[in-house]
Amino acid sequence: MAIELHPLHQFTIERIVPLRIGGLDVSYTNSALLMTIVVILITALTVLGTRRAALVPGRWQSVAEMSYEFVADMIQSNVGPEGMAYFTFIFSLFMFILFANLLGLIPYSFTVTSHIIVTFALAAVVFVGVTIIGFVQHGLHFLRFFVPEGVPKVLLLLLVPIEVLSYFIRPFTLSIRLFANMLAGHTMLAIFAGFAAILGVFAIFPLGVNLLLLALELLVATLQAYVFAILTCLYLNDAIHMH
Amino acid sequence: MELASAKMIGAGLACIALVGAGIGIGNVFAALINSLARNPAAQGQVQPFAFLGFALAEATGLFGLAIAFLILFVF
Repeated sequence: MAIELHPLHQFTIERIVPLRIGGLDVSYTNSALLMTIVVILITALTVLGTRRAALVPGRWQSVAEMSYEFVADMIQSNVGPEGMAYFTFIFSLFMFILFANLLGLIPYSFTVTSHIIVTFALAAVVFVGVTIIGFVQHGLHFLRFFVPEGVPKVLLLLLVPIEVLSYFIRPFTLSIRLFANMLAGHTMLAIFAGFAAILGVFAIFPLGVNLLLLALELLVATLQAYVFAILTCLYLNDAIHMH
Repeated sequence: MELASAKMIGAGLACIALVGAGIGIGNVFAALINSLARNPAAQGQVQPFAFLGFALAEATGLFGLAIAFLILFVF
């Protein structure tokens, strides 16, 4: 049995059910399988958890209600009451990224969000959506967002391009932040696991480091989902309130 | 110089960016400890910002790491 020592092999996409439509490869891959599991788990938690809703909640109902409250609280403190119109989107976004990150930590599983195309798709939806919301809400006055108040006219020549650049870099930083965190974390875990595999008795040391790394990765998984969601709320606040 | 050696050197240099991540995260938690030492009652308000600051500082360092991986495995 050859020991798989290349730490980046865990990120390869494998086709489970090969499918072609016309010239397009639409196979059901391990990434698609994990995404399906994520959606099933989230649906099970929210639907089955609140099925026989009691005034004094049981365990699952508690978890479902706490996750609802967490996201609702985040939106109301960062966007205000008008932001609750976008609650379903931000709740789905937060829960999807959270579950996808956490499920990737199971050994031999696959991390959906460790591929830049997945995180970029999510970030692009957020960016395009928030920009459209800004234009719908304010019309062309939304372009005033790039011209800060009380700046001398001379500095504006330098400041407006910088503001525009930092606005357009948002989808990239949003996606690369999540992707790089997941990639780096899982690569570290695989590297130390590789050390443990070839050391025999002394494997206890890289194994101990792996244990600490796993704890860190659990924290990072939840934290990155929270950061993605809260940055979405902040960008939404910028678009709706323009400050 | 061969491409493979140049890639190794480039990836190693790109990892220097993680110094910034270390300093940034240290700053964030130093501020957290300082503020909690002066006013322990503020913990509920300050701690979410500490975690947000940690994630953003870490992310900036990991941009450098992403470039290192890009150099090593894509180009």
